[in-house]
Amino acid sequence: MHNHKQMKKDIILGGVGGQGILTIATTIGTAALLEGLYLKQSEVHGMSQRGGDVQAHLRISSKPIASDLIAAGKADMVISVEPMESLRYVNMLNKESGWLITSMNPFKNIPDYPTIEDLLKEIWKLPRYITIDAEKTAKDAGSIRAANIIILGAAAPFIGLKYESFEQAIRAIFAKKGDDIINMNLKALKMGFDYAQKHQ
Amino acid sequence: MNKILLLGDEAIALGAIDGGLSGVFAYPGTPSTEITEYIQASKEAKALGIKSEWSTNEKTAMETGIGMSYAGKKAMVCMKHVGLNVAADAFMNSAITGTNGGLVVVSADDPSMHSSQNEQDSRFYGKFAMIPILEPTNQQEAYNMAYYGLTLSEKFGTPVMIRVTTRLAHSRSGVERKERIPQNKMHLPGDHNQFILLPAMARKSYSGLLGKQSAFESDSETAGFNTFYDGDDKSLGIIACGLTYNYLIENFEEGKVPYPVLKIGQYPTPSAMVNSLYEAVDEILVLEEGAPLVEEMLRGLLNKGKKIRGRMEGSLPRAGELNPNLVAQALGMPVSEGYEIPSVIKGRPPVLCDGCPHIDSFEALNDAMKPFGRGHVFSDIGCYTLSALKPLESIDSCVDMGASITMAVGAAESGLSPAIAVIGDSTFTHSGMTGLLDAVVKQVAITVFILDNATVGMTGGQRSAALGRIEDICKGIGVEEAHIRVVKPLRRLHDENLAIYEEEIAYNGVSVIIPRRECVQTLSKRMKLKAFEKRNKK
Ligand SMILES: Cc1ncc(C[n+]2csc(CCOP(=O)(O)OP(=O)(O)O)c2C)c(N)n1
Ligand code: SF4
Repeated sequence: MHNHKQMKKDIILGGVGGQGILTIATTIGTAALLEGLYLKQSEVHGMSQRGGDVQAHLRISSKPIASDLIAAGKADMVISVEPMESLRYVNMLNKESGWLITSMNPFKNIPDYPTIEDLLKEIWKLPRYITIDAEKTAKDAGSIRAANIIILGAAAPFIGLKYESFEQAIRAIFAKKGDDIINMNLKALKMGFDYAQKHQ
Repeated sequence: MNKILLLGDEAIALGAIDGGLSGVFAYPGTPSTEITEYIQASKEAKALGIKSEWSTNEKTAMETGIGMSYAGKKAMVCMKHVGLNVAADAFMNSAITGTNGGLVVVSADDPSMHSSQNEQDSRFYGKFAMIPILEPTNQQEAYNMAYYGLTLSEKFGTPVMIRVTTRLAHSRSGVERKERIPQNKMHLPGDHNQFILLPAMARKSYSGLLGKQSAFESDSETAGFNTFYDGDDKSLGIIACGLTYNYLIENFEEGKVPYPVLKIGQYPTPSAMVNSLYEAVDEILVLEEGAPLVEEMLRGLLNKGKKIRGRMEGSLPRAGELNPNLVAQALGMPVSEGYEIPSVIKGRPPVLCDGCPHIDSFEALNDAMKPFGRGHVFSDIGCYTLSALKPLESIDSCVDMGASITMAVGAAESGLSPAIAVIGDSTFTHSGMTGLLDAVVKQVAITVFILDNATVGMTGGQRSAALGRIEDICKGIGVEEAHIRVVKPLRRLHDENLAIYEEEIAYNGVSVIIPRRECVQTLSKRMKLKAFEKRNKK
């Protein structure tokens, strides 16, 4: 266990149903528990999982947490696996200090999906953001399926947990899948992390 | 103490297991599904022999629960809020019969209708039935209330309701376990007439229920789920029901609210506690998720006392889920705001999965219906309801489970021709079968499509009671064998299927078409599991 004097991070996770944002939530949650922190994680189940927009609220803190929902304007981070979905939650971001971390890879399942240029223009107006081509980076790491972990890696520098805790969490979560998958995801975590360090 | 990370739903499940549960009876429905799924997956529950197979609908689940209670064991019945409408007859009468073994009924409400057709507040049902209701604030209380609820039910000889809402049901946090209470041995009720609701006996049982009300209320005042926290600023008193308490204290440093607060987690509403709050403050703000049940009781019809604020009065929105910002606003506190959401953002409604069999079923149906125009297709609740949206726009109704067939019957009786019903396999056995019998008996001309994807798709792929039984059920009900047609919904069979659709729609009687192909989600899950097992064998 690890003693944090004072820490609190309120994180909104965004994506499209089926994209697996809960893997990111579970990894951060596991890392937070490894450090002995409190946690509340509000998930989306049901209807909207069918290709609709989905969000999860993840709260970690050194003190007990009251609300399962984060208040609008109070989120420390929006982490999204899809660029349009990241913008859907900017109303949740803390304007003084909030970071937006998102993949640049659009998921187009609606006819009126905006252009990526228009989306990036809006994202890049924010004072604090990381945009990353998660799919390409994941391919470089070994599999496009690690795109979520790339995003997690890119968010990791801002979460306030130790890097080793994320590594430990990934080992625990992917334990059943074998060493190859674990190592590939560790590599993805590192690549995302390094990218964010370079581009913040 | 070791804490386990659990969803509110899972906490209820574990609390019940530890509270001496012998069986959970349920039909899936968001946000209640994970309670039963947790028990089904629990090795501990399996070792304890706890029954957990899905029921065909909420009414059969409720009645099975009553049966287990009759036989002296502790039972839990779980459903989504609208499921309680289906179970209502059994539920209301179980309050009259009372219980032998403990009986907890969990109804999971869905304010804001994230995955539902309405946002009815189950507390009204608990009040209607005059039984105790428990409403947890957090995951630990969800555990405690399931654990305690089974015992409370036994203590009073009455079913106990647990009401949760989506936000708690689907939010995860650490939970501490208690010592496990052993299951009851089977034992019959002491009074042989307890479960016979013939008028003479029912009157006696009903007066027994009325007689218990004061005991329910005094338990509400003393059991500890209703708590009073004093505050120095008496200009306002706050009543916070269930998880709204979290939204309240979220708005104050260290959770220190300056006003007196009554946190309510158990009903009947503790009138003595409410009264002492009322006496102490200038006005009252009621925070409750769902409908203004407590607020309305406090205001009364005449509303002549101190000012009562809340969802009815308008300090809070009348509909939809609450959150910390809405509560801040009602308290007159500054409301935090993030950035404005840019206008380039488009809505992203849920859609049928790529490769979903329903898509092919509806594409053929749309072609078959072209000559008749819109307005003929009564549908039901399930993944296939998404065919109401673009690009398919195939269906004209979705009201409640089972209503497709019966609405088609009613419309056919009014002269609508053709009248088509579209229903999923699980919905068909849930409550479509009786409607089909109506159609056969009334000899109306309707065509019923039973979309058999071999699962309960909408709620995540649970076992469907219809599996392998649909043709036999239809035959047994009296649909002519020649008019029970099975097709495989595939793009390449479109023309072939369309011809069959047209034939049966033209038939002047009851016909059933069963487009049969597995849900691609459950199929891919099965394939992954198979590959995993194969890998592990090596
Ligand atoms: C009374 C009631 N119980 C449960 C639900 C939740 N629910 C919605 S659709 C559905 C089942 C759908 O299964 P099926 O008919 O097989 O269609 P599929 O989703 O597989 O296409 C359930 C359980 C509900 N809306 N109403
Ligand atoms: S879950 Fe299954 S039934 Fe539902 S939309 Fe997806 S493929 Fe179709």
